[in-house]
Amino acid sequence: MTAIAQKLDARGLNCPLPILRTRKAINQMESGELVEVTATDPGSIKDMQAFCKQTGNRLVSSSEADNSFVFLIEKA
Amino acid sequence: MSTTAETLQNNTQLDAWLDQKLDELLPKKLADIDAQRTPSMSIIATKGTLDWAYPPFILASTASALGWDVDVFFTFYGLLLLKKDIDAEVSPLGNPAMPMKMPFGPKWFQDFAWPMPNLIMAGIPGFEKVATGLMKKTFKNKGVASVEELRSLCLEADVKMVACQMTVDVFGFDPGEFIPEVTDFVGATSFLPVAQKSDVCLFI
Repeated sequence: MTAIAQKLDARGLNCPLPILRTRKAINQMESGELVEVTATDPGSIKDMQAFCKQTGNRLVSSSEADNSFVFLIEKA
Repeated sequence: MSTTAETLQNNTQLDAWLDQKLDELLPKKLADIDAQRTPSMSIIATKGTLDWAYPPFILASTASALGWDVDVFFTFYGLLLLKKDIDAEVSPLGNPAMPMKMPFGPKWFQDFAWPMPNLIMAGIPGFEKVATGLMKKTFKNKGVASVEELRSLCLEADVKMVACQMTVDVFGFDPGEFIPEVTDFVGATSFLPVAQKSDVCLFI
């Protein structure tokens, strides 16, 4: 499995900041690289799905741990 | 040499064949075209209070994160959101649905909605400053970006911000008061064709 190129801590941030920070991180990555985003905003679960669907990046996984949500996204 | 009847029959067959081919190919072709184009959004921002400063900037920054092209037309009090220093405040006056909660203290205290009549809130001198301070603190506590932060994120993402020339004149704004990214001072005539072509158009 490809190593995680970037880790983004979006804990404590609310809509739309987790998405904006994710976009920023992805913009600096190469195609095929992975970013791991950690967020606490409960809205981020649906938002990340919608973001990935719309931008064509792949939501590899979405999980919940220690009251935060962890998303793994592969840049298209 | 073919007869008229044969030609007609050939044409009918050709039409049927074309119809069938189009049915087969068109949906995919249209979906391809749709997938290729960049969605766009136009917002008309008309309000300059702290509460109403949020929606245009939240939507514009999010749309740009989704890869959309975004245009925001600032008019009337929305022009205040283009000033270098946004000094937007929120007023309880005429804002009766605004919840009155405290952003500090124990949870039960924070959850308590103060049943203060709108007229009293609005009538106390200095209440707007207090309400503004409380709202800013609440947003900060909840991890919501400041209006200035959202605006700079929009600018970074190439959200196009234009100012309404007429209201700039009417309210006597000096273009020098605005952030330098605002270079276009236009009228409804220039904005409407942009709005016409956008997928999402919002009046805020």
